[in-house]
Amino acid sequence: MIRFTDVHKSFGSLEVLKGIDAEVAKGETVCLIGPSGSGKSTLLRCVNGLEDYQQGEIAIEGARVDAHAPSIHQIRTQVAMVFQRFNLFPHRTALENVMEGPLHVLGEPKAEVRDRAEDHLRRVGLADKMNAYPASLSGGQQQRVAIARALAMRPRAILMDEPTSALDPETVGDVLSVMADLAHEHMTMLVVTHEIQFAREAADRVLFLDGGCIVEQGPAADVLTSPQHPRTQDFLRRVTHPV
Amino acid sequence: MAPLLDRVQDYLPLLTQGLWLTVAVTILALVLASALGLVWAILRTSGRRYLSGPARFVVEFLRGIPILVMLFYIYFVLPELGIDLTAFQAGVIGLALIYSCYIGETFRGGIEAVDRGQTEAAKSIGMRHGKMMRRVVLPQAIRIALPPYGNNMVMLLKDSSQVSVISVAELTMQGKMLASSTFDNMTVFTLVAALYLCLTIPLNMVMRQVERRMGAAR
Repeated sequence: MIRFTDVHKSFGSLEVLKGIDAEVAKGETVCLIGPSGSGKSTLLRCVNGLEDYQQGEIAIEGARVDAHAPSIHQIRTQVAMVFQRFNLFPHRTALENVMEGPLHVLGEPKAEVRDRAEDHLRRVGLADKMNAYPASLSGGQQQRVAIARALAMRPRAILMDEPTSALDPETVGDVLSVMADLAHEHMTMLVVTHEIQFAREAADRVLFLDGGCIVEQGPAADVLTSPQHPRTQDFLRRVTHPV
Repeated sequence: MAPLLDRVQDYLPLLTQGLWLTVAVTILALVLASALGLVWAILRTSGRRYLSGPARFVVEFLRGIPILVMLFYIYFVLPELGIDLTAFQAGVIGLALIYSCYIGETFRGGIEAVDRGQTEAAKSIGMRHGKMMRRVVLPQAIRIALPPYGNNMVMLLKDSSQVSVISVAELTMQGKMLASSTFDNMTVFTLVAALYLCLTIPLNMVMRQVERRMGAAR
């Protein structure tokens, strides 16, 4: 589904991705974990062309992702993204946010888009917030609208960039449970996260990134319970026993 | 000299005529300057150097010319090149050109102040640049740019007095002529100043209202 082949990326002279090889299969939930600055967010953002890469290839179902090619718009309609800071459109209601893409990018019929958008909002537990503006919603509610916005595109895969990192602790659970539902329904997802517990329960596989390289990868249960590499062991010790 | 009220009554018809011309010059120049300013802002934020470079050059060029010189140039030099404009047209165009730069910078500031996450979110649902500007960036940029835009409006209204130097019979010009024929400088220019305030004070109040309403819609 999403295949990374020897992906290299630099910001100026700073090399942040040093040859990434990995794959996300259809219907699979893969969590990207690792310390800050390890390149996980950058890797994720390369998948829908919000960042470019200099060497190697990222391909989605065989189609090369090139941030500078006209084809990128098409790719972005198929690979949705959920951001750390939600990035809802503040001048539109929750429902309008969800309808925006299908209606104004894909050009689908309004009545149908509206029905579907309402379904998605109900499904993330926001049936009573459809006409609310983002500013009047809590962080957790905004992020669930953002997930509905991503789902409304009927994407082949969803990228999530630390979707719970900017949330108040009491709203994290609602968002994680929506994400876990998606994982169980076999939505293809690539998720950058620090929620080890979520990764253990919902992810099929885990990639551990450090210093721009994939240090370790494998089934979530294996990597998270009995990590092989000392850097993975060290990282997991720090995040699970912070003191 | 006649009693004050009689003199005021004598002067007001002429000054009111000038006032309407001031309003006409201001509105026309504002519409032109806003449209042109939006073009400058969109070019400058396009992210394409072959668009933003020339736009920046034009803006800096126009902004570097004093309004009076611009007006003289359009009114006195262009006819020599075969472009004949009435004083009114020259005044409107001159003000519009200069103010398109100020307003363009105001709009650009608004566009650049829109959170980067907004353009990323728009891109992530597959929007192309044009639609992203129209549906996501500009509606938010306008809100941010509104207070400085209101300042531009008031400044333009006041600077419209400068077109009197090319004989446009707006408020300041009428005042100058009245004063030199009656020698009643104090009454005439007090009235002129009062009439300008009759425009600028309500304008400021309206802008404050609009800002408040737009802020509430968020």
